[in-house]
Amino acid sequence: MQDTITIADQYQEDFQDLCATLPEWSSEFRNEAMLIFKQIGLPVHRKGNEKWKYTSARPIAEPQYSLATFEEVDLDTIKKAAPWHDSWLNVVFVNGQYQGTFSSDTSPAIQVSNIASDDFPQDIVESIGGIMDYSDDGFAAWNSAFMSDGSIISVPDGENSGLVINLIFFNQGVPGTVNHPRVLVTSGKKSSVNVIENYVGGGEDNTLTNSVSEIYVGEGSTVNHYRLMSETDHTYDVGYGRVKIGTGGRFNSRAFFRGSGIGRYDLNVLVDGENASCDLQGLYFTSGNQHMDNFINIDHLKPHCQSNLFYKGILDGKSRAVFGGTVLVRKEAQKTDSIQSDKNLILSPDAEVDSKPALFIYADDVKCAHGATAGNIDADTVFYMRSRGVDLETASRLIIYGFAGEVIDKVEIEELRAYLEEAFLTSLPSHRFEF
Amino acid sequence: MSKSDKLIEVKDLRVSVEETEILKGINLSIHEGEVHAIMGPNGSGKSTLANVIAGRPGYSVTGGDIVYKGQSLLEVEPEIRARSGIFLAFQYPVELPGVRTWQFLKSAIDAVRKENGEDELSVREFDQLLEEKRNLVEMDPDLVKRSVNEGFSGGEKKRNEILQLALLDPSLALLDETDSGLDIDALRIVSHGVNVFKSPEKSVLIVTHYQRILDYITPDFVHVLVDGRIVRSGDSKLALELEEKGYEWVRESVGEEVNS
Ligand SMILES: Nc1ncnc2c1ncn2[C@@H]1O[C@H](COP(=O)(O)OP(=O)(O)O)[C@@H](O)[C@H]1O
Ligand SMILES: [Mg+2]
Repeated sequence: MQDTITIADQYQEDFQDLCATLPEWSSEFRNEAMLIFKQIGLPVHRKGNEKWKYTSARPIAEPQYSLATFEEVDLDTIKKAAPWHDSWLNVVFVNGQYQGTFSSDTSPAIQVSNIASDDFPQDIVESIGGIMDYSDDGFAAWNSAFMSDGSIISVPDGENSGLVINLIFFNQGVPGTVNHPRVLVTSGKKSSVNVIENYVGGGEDNTLTNSVSEIYVGEGSTVNHYRLMSETDHTYDVGYGRVKIGTGGRFNSRAFFRGSGIGRYDLNVLVDGENASCDLQGLYFTSGNQHMDNFINIDHLKPHCQSNLFYKGILDGKSRAVFGGTVLVRKEAQKTDSIQSDKNLILSPDAEVDSKPALFIYADDVKCAHGATAGNIDADTVFYMRSRGVDLETASRLIIYGFAGEVIDKVEIEELRAYLEEAFLTSLPSHRFEF
Repeated sequence: MSKSDKLIEVKDLRVSVEETEILKGINLSIHEGEVHAIMGPNGSGKSTLANVIAGRPGYSVTGGDIVYKGQSLLEVEPEIRARSGIFLAFQYPVELPGVRTWQFLKSAIDAVRKENGEDELSVREFDQLLEEKRNLVEMDPDLVKRSVNEGFSGGEKKRNEILQLALLDPSLALLDETDSGLDIDALRIVSHGVNVFKSPEKSVLIVTHYQRILDYITPDFVHVLVDGRIVRSGDSKLALELEEKGYEWVRESVGEEVNS
């Protein structure tokens, strides 16, 4: 067991090596983050730690990881692990490092650059770290110090070509390695963009993917953000999404979790302009000994805004899921309209969910609701279907598909929806019921 | 009428739920082409009888038998009963969130066809069939695109049951309170669906609390179920008599019989 100090200290040498290879602009930023990382370590102590109340970071923090480097891989392997369409702008990272040969040519309309190169837009460097507050978050500080590569997406004002940017972070699963992907999206006034982030891969030994994404939704613009997590049971996956929505902006998030040993997605959305809105939907499916923690915060700072938080979980085996959804409506945020719900379908007596929706309202003229449910497949429902000649297995599959479909059906990118139906739905179990 | 084949025979059937006996020795035979009505006060066991015939789990049959097309049903799974021609229109149709009506109906009809050695319907064939039956029950075309029964009104749910009856075209239709909660228009539509289904080979068992639906679907036999027993059987006139005199009347006259 390690105390706070040694967790970061053991990465000091790697840090120095890394700094020597990366563009100059980032070194000040990294040094600061490394300092904080050394001070606070990782959140292994759970007492009084509200953020990590139902998930132990200890197994994630325990191994000493080495920085992942690229090893030989062919494109087909990557295409099999993640959604892919030739009409998309596909950007491939292997073990956290950009792979130009696998990636599409950059689009003339939207600037997509990788962090390790020198040709990123200098004017938005400032935005990196702008909304990812790592002062009390060791994993985020660690990422900020070590982000070796990642994507910077800059959408100009009025850009509405409907481009889909597909970021694939493929983890080769080299034993004992960590990678720290970083994403920055800024959308200009009245623009719109689709971004898919895929965290996929993994191997037979422990690896860690520790990612941070910052998304600035500009005035009157729309960002459709998709996040897919599908790694082997030996991976740990800690991800942060930090979002700030400007006046009249819209942020649509669809998160799909299919696998990793311990997965956590910490999404924080600042609804920071009048008439802004966010629609956050998610679907998690856990099985075996998997553990998935969705830690979501929506912060309403301005009046006349809307938020919708809608997550669904399907739990099997001995898996565990955590849903922490908190909506904060500040005093200034009058006329806020917010609803949140988390629904869980529990397929096995050994699976468990901790669902904690919470609402803190400091404004007096708002419309807010929240709720959570967890239940098994209903016996009456199954009998109804069987009484029509449908066998038990088909009945349960239709029910589970139907449950998941409520989220998948709303994916607007047709090819992605088809992929999710294929990759996600067919991996769901059926016939787990004794009536 | 009795010359036709016996479709189902319920013999001295006893059914309990959690140690409580609900059906206390039911005898009932239905021949092909016959329409039977079971009437009785709430809680008398009408739904239990229909559910047990359809194979709903949760009931224990403690005595007697149900013989359908010459074979005992007791050990047969509900989906197999359905495929061999038993159909239950539910008193409370279940909502299936996220399960599209179209998909569900096609799965059902294909399952039944497969059991009978027939090919699955092509999308085109199924669409045609669905269109025809949907018109029969005057159902809004949008409803088949929605999740099964989700957000349907009471009347729409009942019409959806009759739509399924028409699509699956079983041998025995068990209608559990299909009339309850329907306005006159819906009642007319639902009854029309049942009357179209009726034929010399098909049988119907109508479970109802009220006589009203029997104005539209004329039964050949009426049975009165009180407290888990059939206490009286007769022709369609019995339903009218019951309507007039109320269930207290049968209760009392049964009491007299038991006492004498
Ligand atoms: N699943 C069940 N669990 C417990 N009691 C039941 C169940 N089904 C029926 N009963 C009881 O059996 C009796 C008959 O019910 P039911 O068959 O629904 O009557 P009806 O349809 O004539 O109103 C009632 O007293 C009811 O409470
Ligand atoms: Mg009933």
